[in-house]
Amino acid sequence: MLNLAELWAYRELLFFFVWRDVKVRYKQTVLGAAWAIIQPLTTTFAFTILFGRFGGMSKSVEGPYALHVFVGMLPWTFFANAVASAANSLIGSSHLISKVYFPRILIPIAAIAAGLVDFAIAFVVLLVMMAAYGVAPGWAMLALPLYLLGTIVSAAGAGILFAALIVTYRDVRYVMTFVMQIWLFGTPVLYTLDIIPAKWHTLYALNPMVGMIAGFRASVLGGPFPAQVILISSVSCLVMFAAGVRYFLQVERRFADVI
Amino acid sequence: MSSDAIVIEKLGKQYTIGTTLIGDATLGESITSWVSGPWRRFKQMAGHSEGTRTFWALKDVSFRVDVGEVIGIVGPNGAGKSTLLKVLSRITPPTEGFVDLTGRVSSLLEVGTGFHPELTGRENVFLNGAILGMFRAEIIRKFDAIVAFAELEQFIDTPVKHYSSGMFVRLAFSVAAHLEPEILIVDEVLSVGDLHFRNRCLGRMQDLRDEGRTVLFVSHDLTSVRQLCTRAVLLNHGRVVDDGTPGDITRRYERMYHEGAENTSGVADRRHPPPAYHLRRVELRNAAGEVTSQFDAGDVMDIHLWSSGPAPENSFTAEFRLFNDDDVGVSFGSANPVRDTYYRSEHQHFVCRLGPLPLTEGRYTFSFTVRVWNRERWDYWDKAIGFTIGRCDLFNTGHGISNVHDGDFVIQQEWLIGS
Repeated sequence: MLNLAELWAYRELLFFFVWRDVKVRYKQTVLGAAWAIIQPLTTTFAFTILFGRFGGMSKSVEGPYALHVFVGMLPWTFFANAVASAANSLIGSSHLISKVYFPRILIPIAAIAAGLVDFAIAFVVLLVMMAAYGVAPGWAMLALPLYLLGTIVSAAGAGILFAALIVTYRDVRYVMTFVMQIWLFGTPVLYTLDIIPAKWHTLYALNPMVGMIAGFRASVLGGPFPAQVILISSVSCLVMFAAGVRYFLQVERRFADVI
Repeated sequence: MSSDAIVIEKLGKQYTIGTTLIGDATLGESITSWVSGPWRRFKQMAGHSEGTRTFWALKDVSFRVDVGEVIGIVGPNGAGKSTLLKVLSRITPPTEGFVDLTGRVSSLLEVGTGFHPELTGRENVFLNGAILGMFRAEIIRKFDAIVAFAELEQFIDTPVKHYSSGMFVRLAFSVAAHLEPEILIVDEVLSVGDLHFRNRCLGRMQDLRDEGRTVLFVSHDLTSVRQLCTRAVLLNHGRVVDDGTPGDITRRYERMYHEGAENTSGVADRRHPPPAYHLRRVELRNAAGEVTSQFDAGDVMDIHLWSSGPAPENSFTAEFRLFNDDDVGVSFGSANPVRDTYYRSEHQHFVCRLGPLPLTEGRYTFSFTVRVWNRERWDYWDKAIGFTIGRCDLFNTGHGISNVHDGDFVIQQEWLIGS
């Protein structure tokens, strides 16, 4: 089990790790915070052209397709970056792990938390885009933090699991890149939920990001609220988190010996 | 009610060398070994050993440390000192046995853990302080003292990647020096930095001792162990070899260490002699006439040298050059110009009485020469024999003086109050 009392005692260290990750990230890059905007914008642009114009996807959604894609891209970019940086965070901190004691789980958690800054910046871009397309936020938008929380928990589950695996098996890094690519196409980022036949929804929603992104989109753009999908995804997201943390705690004691 | 700060009970730590559990292992290998596991176990049962080996970095280590003790851990490389510190610091779990630490523990296995080159000195003080277990409020409170101690006021907002290594170490140590743990675990941190810096580290350790904190200190620097510690433990091959006063333990360690080294029996024969006239054998003898390589400062030493036969000429000289641990020549002596002794061709055994030796604790080596003064030498026997000064306390202070920090010589001195 997670030792919550210990984690609480180390809360300041978690804060410092997040603070370090954020600082270092923006110090080392020339464009700094601009990357947080450029990445989802360019992918959105590319996918809008590719799928929207040539693939004819834009007809399948109501309202501007670019906005649809961006609303999906926003949580997905956060999720994918968070998983990747959490996964690589432990081996990036091998020096700390072999020299100091602290709950190891702080490292991937800090990596995920640091990604929230990028998310916040990109979120401002979303608001600008909504204004530009004349989409007014509705009451449903108040539920947004819940889907964000679900996305964070999912990213933590996957990131923590990958992080622990990569310490022992370095080649999981390549597996992960592949998994994340497949995962993107298994998630309604570039398309919407209703492309998938309703009878498959239960199975489809086992991917926790399905519910989170569907919920995200529903709360930003309005439209039907896929309650069943969100419920299943929420459960699956908690299961994934529990599994990731459990595996991590099982192997964390030997990190210093194998890293 | 026990006053034990640290209890270590039958502690063992086993490592695996070989293919399993190494960080570079690939998932593929792991799956392969999982699939082939039953077959391998079968082979093992049948008595075939695999490529993986295990070894005990620590085995059956037990001792207790009282509150306020400063305990030095000494031992050769690979003795298990670092592993012990890692287990005590909870970085790695023991394979068997247990440790129990009572009180707030800070462990300092290196200075500057977690320093990030892109961050400024100020930012790194906070980050490093947090990593070492300080709270933010505590760091804020001590910040000025930390910067002042490091003497880096002007550079505190410069990224540490622009620091010199000396500045880096000073800042890193300064953070560590402001820890206020009940138990401090330190590994070799005094080995970095210059003499001035090292003395301040030692000073800080002395403060900790005087404040009654418990310190567990690993070092190769036996002088600091003698100066700082109230007790020492000698480890070798993962086991506790001896436990006692710092003086006894460090002397025992020196003996153990030097017995294993070459040319330390106090006698050496030339292994690859030149074909021409040469020195073939040397013995070091103490005042009692025993052949030995162990001397203390103040002892008299007789060097006995034998040559391979009659010398080519009369009126020649034998000479020694003395080198310290770092192979720096520290002294020279010669029969002829120094002592006005001339050997004749038929002399084949030369004796030099040296002493009382004013040397500090450490290892020294002799090289020898035979020649006619001011002419090309007939023979130069490089690094012919080594010896150890085990104890240097010419002023009877109770503290040894070692050639690691304090130079190679002790000069007779008198200290007076000026008018």
